[in-house]
Amino acid sequence: MPVISVADLTKAYPGRKAVNGISFEVRKGETFALLGPNGAGKTTTIEILEGYRTADSGTVKVLGLDPQADRMELKQRTGLVLQTTALEPELTVAETLAAFARLYARPESQEKVLASVNLAHITRTRVGNLSGGQKRRLEIALGIIGSPELLFLDEPTTGLDPEARRKIWTLIRGLNEAGCTILLSSHYMDEVKALADRMAIMVDGKIAAEGRPEELQALHASHATIRFDTHGKPLTGLPASLAGLVRIEHGVAIIDTADPVPVLNQLTGWAIKHKADLASLSVNRQSLEDIYLKLAGRRQEAVAREAAE
Amino acid sequence: MTMLFEEALHQLKLFARRPVAMFFVIAMPLMLLLVLTQLFGNERIEGLGLNTAQFYTPALAVFGVVMACYTYLAVSTATARDLGILKRIRGTPMPPWVYICARILAVSVIAFTSLVLVIATGALVFGVEIIWDRLPAAIIVAITGALCFAALGMMITALFRSSETVQAATSATIMPLAFISDIFVRPNTETSEWIPVIGNLFPLRHFSVAFQHAFDHAYEGSGFALPDADGIVFSILPHLGVMALWGIGAAIIAARFFNWDTRAN
Repeated sequence: MPVISVADLTKAYPGRKAVNGISFEVRKGETFALLGPNGAGKTTTIEILEGYRTADSGTVKVLGLDPQADRMELKQRTGLVLQTTALEPELTVAETLAAFARLYARPESQEKVLASVNLAHITRTRVGNLSGGQKRRLEIALGIIGSPELLFLDEPTTGLDPEARRKIWTLIRGLNEAGCTILLSSHYMDEVKALADRMAIMVDGKIAAEGRPEELQALHASHATIRFDTHGKPLTGLPASLAGLVRIEHGVAIIDTADPVPVLNQLTGWAIKHKADLASLSVNRQSLEDIYLKLAGRRQEAVAREAAE
Repeated sequence: MTMLFEEALHQLKLFARRPVAMFFVIAMPLMLLLVLTQLFGNERIEGLGLNTAQFYTPALAVFGVVMACYTYLAVSTATARDLGILKRIRGTPMPPWVYICARILAVSVIAFTSLVLVIATGALVFGVEIIWDRLPAAIIVAITGALCFAALGMMITALFRSSETVQAATSATIMPLAFISDIFVRPNTETSEWIPVIGNLFPLRHFSVAFQHAFDHAYEGSGFALPDADGIVFSILPHLGVMALWGIGAAIIAARFFNWDTRAN
């Protein structure tokens, strides 16, 4: 049985469809990511799963239960980190965690949790004096203090500096390895790539693509980009088959191709013959980031066109 | 039940760490008692069988209760909502009613502390006499008033979105009401008969008058008799009735419109 199953979920707010018929499953023990730009419907989806909002239509099951009807039981068995930080600034780190620990039937050891989020050295510090990353780690501690089977992480690293983000990634990986199923939302591709077993790219209330990060890359990155510096010289003698593919941008020659091997063969042959400098030659498959931006961009163009019509 | 008391203690701890709230709820009623009694001199008030401190001690004790149960409850709840804390609490296994009741229990404890401090100061510093056989009536008035104003506080939190507007709404209601409800000043009934009439439409004057009569020898009885035609008998019953009506009405509105998160959508 999947930990989360969502089928044909829709949710509209006045004047806009936030979630427009999405379906996905999260399996036990995996980290599943919803990736998408702001306003894509990620938070609405998560808040329906958490029980904060009701769905307009579709079916939603969390741990086999209904997020509305079985909300009290689900609150015991799930943990959550909301999109925006919500902490009492007057309390210390230890007091904040203790206040949450007493709400759960089977709380984790507080010392253990504080150590795992790397806050054990500042338990007596007031929350108001913590850095953004420390606050977020404390909120993750609050999310896991009830020993949840499932943890919702809504944009856990948005607004943090790179070092703080890496620390949180390490923490999330550790939680997942310890057996906790995680539903993560993010608008950072690097985060999803670093953490997720499977992902869905959400754009404008719909799932534009879904799968393992490598699968998505293989499926959508159908071509490669070859680049080299022309050093401002004209590309004389380039075979006609290549000349038709090359475009020059800021003195850099760029070739987009579905099949890079014969192109490279011709290119290097030409370079040897004409003693051209290819020291800067690079071949890149499209990155997940490119795919994501392409999918997000395509959808938004379509929306803009619809609006114009 | 344990969860309710633990959460109430948690709320008391938060209050103790908020110096501004401590000042307005605990220190200000005491300061007003000292300042106003100094200002007017602790002499017999003309037309009343009371001296200045005898009037102000119960009046400002009531004011402290209202500052805790109405203003502090409304503003602190709205601030917690602004910070997303109410929403976060909804994501834990604590039942929502436990959280709300714990907040009300906590402000009631704060209110009682403020009230006892004001009365003790009045008694010890200014010799205000406590009429012991009226104590049960006074306590019932204080509890009813505390609950009534807690309900009104929750209603304000429910009707306004942000802590700034809630703060403004509580000040804009309680300050004018305190002036026409025998708390800061006792209106001169000969020149402005209408002031008590208007004051009596609202719960604050009933709270302050019922509580003050428990300290006033001009009235008779322990407070539980029905009111008489001459207005000599000390009767809390009509005052309790008005406070209960306001409290129940406010609680219904609060329950209908209360929102755990007013920031999004």
